[in-house]
Amino acid sequence: MQKQWGYPLAAIVLSSSLVFTGCGSNESKTTAEVKPEAAQPEQTTAASTSPELEAAIADYHKWVIEQTDLFVKATEGFTQSVKAGDIEEAKKQYAPARMYFERIEPIAESLGDFDPWIDAREGDVPAEEWRGYHRLEKALWEEKSVEGQDKIADQLLQDVKQLRVKVESVEIDPLMLVTGAVELLNEVSSSKVTGEEERYSHTDLYDFAANVQGANEIFKVLQSTVANKDPELAKEIEDRFQELDQALVPYKKEQEYVLYTDLTEPEIKKLSQALDALAEPLSKMGTILGG
Amino acid sequence: MNRPTETSEKKLTRRDVLKMAGIGGVGLLVGAGGMRALFPQATQAEPASSGAASKSGSIPFYGKNQAGIVTPMQDFISMAAFNLTTTSLVDVRKLFQSWTLASARLTAGQPVDDEIDNPHLPPIDTGESMGLAAMKLTITFGVGASFFDDRFGLASKRPAPLVDLPRFNSDEINPDWSDGDIVVQVCADDPQVAFHAMRNLARIARGKAVLHWMQEGFQRTALADPSGSTPRNLLGFKDGTNNPVASEPQLADEIVWANSAESPAWMAGGSYMAMRRIRMRIEVWDRSSLTDQEATFGRHRDSGAPLGKSGEFDDLELDRKDHKDKPLIAPDSHVALAHMDGKVKILRRSYSYSNGMDVKTGQINAGLLFICFNRDPRTQFIPMQQKLAAADKLNEYITHVGSGLYACLPGASEGGYIGDTLL
Repeated sequence: MQKQWGYPLAAIVLSSSLVFTGCGSNESKTTAEVKPEAAQPEQTTAASTSPELEAAIADYHKWVIEQTDLFVKATEGFTQSVKAGDIEEAKKQYAPARMYFERIEPIAESLGDFDPWIDAREGDVPAEEWRGYHRLEKALWEEKSVEGQDKIADQLLQDVKQLRVKVESVEIDPLMLVTGAVELLNEVSSSKVTGEEERYSHTDLYDFAANVQGANEIFKVLQSTVANKDPELAKEIEDRFQELDQALVPYKKEQEYVLYTDLTEPEIKKLSQALDALAEPLSKMGTILGG
Repeated sequence: MNRPTETSEKKLTRRDVLKMAGIGGVGLLVGAGGMRALFPQATQAEPASSGAASKSGSIPFYGKNQAGIVTPMQDFISMAAFNLTTTSLVDVRKLFQSWTLASARLTAGQPVDDEIDNPHLPPIDTGESMGLAAMKLTITFGVGASFFDDRFGLASKRPAPLVDLPRFNSDEINPDWSDGDIVVQVCADDPQVAFHAMRNLARIARGKAVLHWMQEGFQRTALADPSGSTPRNLLGFKDGTNNPVASEPQLADEIVWANSAESPAWMAGGSYMAMRRIRMRIEVWDRSSLTDQEATFGRHRDSGAPLGKSGEFDDLELDRKDHKDKPLIAPDSHVALAHMDGKVKILRRSYSYSNGMDVKTGQINAGLLFICFNRDPRTQFIPMQQKLAAADKLNEYITHVGSGLYACLPGASEGGYIGDTLL
């Protein structure tokens, strides 16, 4: 989720409305309030009636459901390990499991309080309400004990299963897609690239990669529409995605990413600038919504 | 420099000339006389004016030379170096084309481009200069030695004067604040206007080039000193008394503009810029006695006059002795060394900077963003800096922590773009 303290960086780097959409701690509310204003009714209607965009949305929805299915499975495995007191196994499962969520985060954020339930970091919510992945992260890495965490684990699995149910019927409109892609990269800019997301496990690069993959999936379903309207823009976005993928290659060994704490400052800067290089043209995808 | 007053000089006020001289800490500058030739009554106050700028406060972007070199100094600077991330020469060309179009608009006080009527898109211009005047904005582009490495096939075009700077005595150069493929100097009489221009240029570059370093700087504004006296550096001394009068075309040709004797044809109308980030040990300076401070510079602090004299523009007369038969102005004082026997001149255009507190020491992190232009740094900036680095009394109080040498490209004509003679 977009945390409040990560927001000024994103605001400098990225476009305004997208950032403001996510700057509150209560994601769903803010999004709901902003949307009617940002979306010019006649344009959205015109855009959403295009069969091409409808097909794109259907493709994306299918992919979101697949990801959420996998997220449920991975969370089952993770929470079982936590409840079994198998700290080593749980640590191994933690970051890969979270990637499914990070890929579809804008959708989860549009569905109510799932983001704070599943993904809140310490301090994002009142201490007594804190639960979800990051609570268990602290137990695993910082407290080095999962004693008394059964309830948190059970609740997490329940939240994730409920998310799966909601995802089935989620309404996705073209504006959500377009803004969602940039929002995913803003997430990276504001918390992953700064190492603030995974403050105990330092597995920020998993989230980084997953956010980018989520944005890429949105671009893929919209690519032909973007190309029809502005072929140069489509090409530029495609190239920048490839460049960012390449920039991540050195930090991936088989399926594992290196820890954030192993990155040097110049390496972090390079990743951050590669991300900005992608987010800038990606923020122009709104061109397909008319105007 | 005792040429009679010419028409071009009438357009300049004394303040403009002084601003050209710039503040600038380490008075790497020589060639007195010009000021007095122009303004024999140099102590008389004159009202400030917009100098070469139009009534609306804009300085034309297109021309034989880039603006921001012999242009009288504006009050603020935002300066940055970029490193290219693209490896395609076509992209580099595109970048300079986009930058040229944007710069022509920005310097005219316009937004970076026309907005597109689509609320789903981020605005084209970032907006913070909306409704603001052009404020004499200039944008000046240069390229560093690394621009001519093997990435773009330009190695054979590297100008001979664009050498790798030697290491100077007691340099403590941090690569994070040095060099870069491209340098962009943005100057304006308003800090927000300057920032806005740099920000939008950086935005345009995304995907092709990334920021390598960025530094903002200032000098006292026209509002604070309507008389336009020589500005003072952060050590409290007048600085720039001896800067050459770059508005004299012949002098500028001699000192500033690239010449076919040393430079390739594509540099005609260009110049070489040396940049040094000079950290000042402010706290140490503040506890030095006035005598020490004045002996360090070789000038009186209040008047700016050479030691033992009363007028700022009096001749140095370095051979004067005191009653113990010692030179009145020490040979290792800043002014004596920078004089270079009056033979070597550069055009300085430096700004002070403050980056808040040094988190390591709790001291003030401030100094001078030294910028100078010259025709051939091998015979101008480098020998001068070597001499200063070796002996200058001032070195006790300053450290050079960043460095760069750049070939500032020739100006572009409308329809062309900055860099079109090279790319």
